[in-house]
Amino acid sequence: MSTVETARRRIPDRLDTPLKGTLLSWEMLLVAVALGIFVTNSLASPYFLNPWSLSDMTFNFTEKGLIALAMALLIISGEIDLSVAATIALASTLMGMALQSGADTPTLVAIGILTGLACGAVNGALVTGLGLPSIVVTIGTMSLFRGIAYIILGDQAYKGYPAGFAFFGQGYVWWVVSFELVLFAAAAVAFWFLLHRTSFGRRVFAIGNNPVAAQFSGVRVNRVKFVLFCLTGLMAGIASVLLTSRLGSTRPSIAQGYELEVITMVVLGGVSILGGAGSIVGVVLAALIMGMVTFGLGLLNVPGIVMSIFIGLLLILVIALPIVWRRFFGRAM
Amino acid sequence: MHTAAALRAGELEPGTAVAQPLLSLSGVSKSFPGVRALHDVSLSLYPGQVTALIGENGAGKSTLVKILTGIYRPDEGEIRVSGDAVRLQGAEHAFRHGITAIHQETVLFDDLSVAENVYLGHAPRTRIGLIDWRAMRRQAADVLKRMGAGHIDADTRLRDLGIANKHLVAVARAMSIDARIVIMDEPTAALSAKEIGELFDLVAFLKGEGKAILFISHKFDEIYRIADRFTVFRDGEMVGEGMVADTSQNDIVRMMVGRAVDHIFPERQPNIGGPLLTVDGLSHPTEFDRVSFELRQGEILGFYGLVGAGRSEVMQAIAGMTGTSAGSITLAGHRIAPRTAADSIDAGIVYVPEERGRQGVVIGMPIFKNVSLPSLARTSKSGVLRLAEEFRLARTFTERLDLRASSLSQDVGTLSGGNQQKVVIAKWLATEPKLIILDEPTKGIDIGSKAAVHAFMAELVEQGLSVIMVSSELPEILGMSDRVVVMREGRVAATFDNAGLDAETLVRAAAGIVA
Repeated sequence: MSTVETARRRIPDRLDTPLKGTLLSWEMLLVAVALGIFVTNSLASPYFLNPWSLSDMTFNFTEKGLIALAMALLIISGEIDLSVAATIALASTLMGMALQSGADTPTLVAIGILTGLACGAVNGALVTGLGLPSIVVTIGTMSLFRGIAYIILGDQAYKGYPAGFAFFGQGYVWWVVSFELVLFAAAAVAFWFLLHRTSFGRRVFAIGNNPVAAQFSGVRVNRVKFVLFCLTGLMAGIASVLLTSRLGSTRPSIAQGYELEVITMVVLGGVSILGGAGSIVGVVLAALIMGMVTFGLGLLNVPGIVMSIFIGLLLILVIALPIVWRRFFGRAM
Repeated sequence: MHTAAALRAGELEPGTAVAQPLLSLSGVSKSFPGVRALHDVSLSLYPGQVTALIGENGAGKSTLVKILTGIYRPDEGEIRVSGDAVRLQGAEHAFRHGITAIHQETVLFDDLSVAENVYLGHAPRTRIGLIDWRAMRRQAADVLKRMGAGHIDADTRLRDLGIANKHLVAVARAMSIDARIVIMDEPTAALSAKEIGELFDLVAFLKGEGKAILFISHKFDEIYRIADRFTVFRDGEMVGEGMVADTSQNDIVRMMVGRAVDHIFPERQPNIGGPLLTVDGLSHPTEFDRVSFELRQGEILGFYGLVGAGRSEVMQAIAGMTGTSAGSITLAGHRIAPRTAADSIDAGIVYVPEERGRQGVVIGMPIFKNVSLPSLARTSKSGVLRLAEEFRLARTFTERLDLRASSLSQDVGTLSGGNQQKVVIAKWLATEPKLIILDEPTKGIDIGSKAAVHAFMAELVEQGLSVIMVSSELPEILGMSDRVVVMREGRVAATFDNAGLDAETLVRAAAGIVA
């Protein structure tokens, strides 16, 4: 064989990406959709194009969007967490209990965040420790967490959160820019960095694409997954603080159905529901789109139940779209 | 001895003049992209006779079984059943032609009853077209009784039967449709000695019923016990056939291994140092038992054995993927007990797994990300990726392996098998290990890539790295190893120095033939 002595050829790092590839990317499509919805909303309602309206609009996605950032990483790794809305309910209920015994604002915030973290750790321990499928585990904990909230609260509500606590969900940092929006923007940058610029993020992608090969390559698969469940729980805890602060009260039915909206955001953002692919930029754009659509429908006085039909249809559509896309364009998005 | 050449020339007629063959294949070829699995093979099965199909791993036996059971269509050639040419259109179609296969792991339905398994797809019907359950149970019981398996209750759920009884149910199923051709693909692999005896009684019964039986086994004692005829395959070709009674084991072994030299292995001057790895009494509850061996600095240690001999399992234990129940592993004077792959990588041991697609490459990720995956701790700085470092690492190792790719950002899934294997090996070398374990490193890759992998192995040991190479390919074992460990049934059967070692010695050790 003469191949042994063949001169070593040089392999380039990367080829120039064709412009068509960039233009046809999922993120560019989302930008186009977002612009389209922005224009439609402006034409459909005279109240939309107003700084305060736009500011109100952001509240439709900031809390869910915060969870979606962590959920994106979890879904990329091949797992899912359906218990995030129930985590919000439990965290909010425990904050309410602490309020009854006279806790101050910092304590309330700490309880909300730590409850979320603990819920995530429970999910992570069940999935990685016992090797159970996350979809089953988190359907279980979804009932469990909200069930605890119902047992504690019944049909009562906690009210009377301190004035200082209201800042997180109702405060503005500058003019129309809310604290929630600033927090979401900061978290988006942090998660973008974590997923796309750190070795941890690289391992998340590797696990989602091939968990066995990742394990063989020395990736501590269960450890990474556990951290991701904790992160998702943590973000749900933060969302719980914001939502409780914004509503100023806790009912056990708080954040009902949020998990579906969060997952819709993640999938609409281009994260593969099968794991292994996705980007934070896409998820942020999807959060913006979901916020604008639901806010626009609200301005047009569309009732809540119709909006839930809309979310359901959107979820099916965004899961089907990549498959249909591949059939026509012959490549993955 | 009956040689293939003699047969083709028509000088020899195998066996005594029996009735016309029940099944005959002639000129059958089958290729897959990049691999020629079968080339112009012929095979005849006669009623009331057991024909043993013999060959090394990769000789084309499985492909032949899949063609006979209708799972693959041959590219060329003819299949005749009782003299009529047939084109098998799928498993069900083959089954209706009276061809049935009993596999190593029987493919039946665990949650159905014995009677349902026997009659699935051809259950007796009542007048209005519903399944006649009573008739089905009665007939199933009759079939079992006739086979001498009356101890199996037709109502038992299959899950509750042992593997030997499952084989009996599979045979009952074949009997129920009056199958005339029974293929047994390593049926004894999971059986105890007593169960093997019962299976052989059954084979005798099937012979008495006039069935034609194709028996695939690696075990010579079994072949000599029950087979009448044999056919030897090598590299997808039929290289010999004849009557078992007229042929010695050594002759058959020679047919299995004696191949033309089609591949030149790199010349190298071994520069072997002191011991690097000492494995002492390593045991696992089920997979391997008291395995001991030593690997020296700069040495290539070959591991030969049949599939299922426990070679991969031992390697996975050394690499932290499988637990052990006893024994010790010492690397460069230090006892190690790796519990995860990450532990063994840190210790300087890497394992290049056999299943490239499932365990090796991460399809969907580009080449450079695959290469850097186990080395991320080094290519990143405080957890932050440094792409330039990753590209440098990937370039260094993939170019040394002569990888053919358009760029390092290409998805590994778009590379050929041989180039994927180079990426996998590059990935492991990039961790700068002391010891690299290669499990079937050239399985299913083209000859050019094989040569590149072999040349690179030689280069590695020259630089002082030690290599353990698990391989089922004799030329590779003989061409590359300094010493060879042969495993059989979870134990070390023998250790040889490669000087003057021949293939037949290895095959005999692996099959447990006392010369």
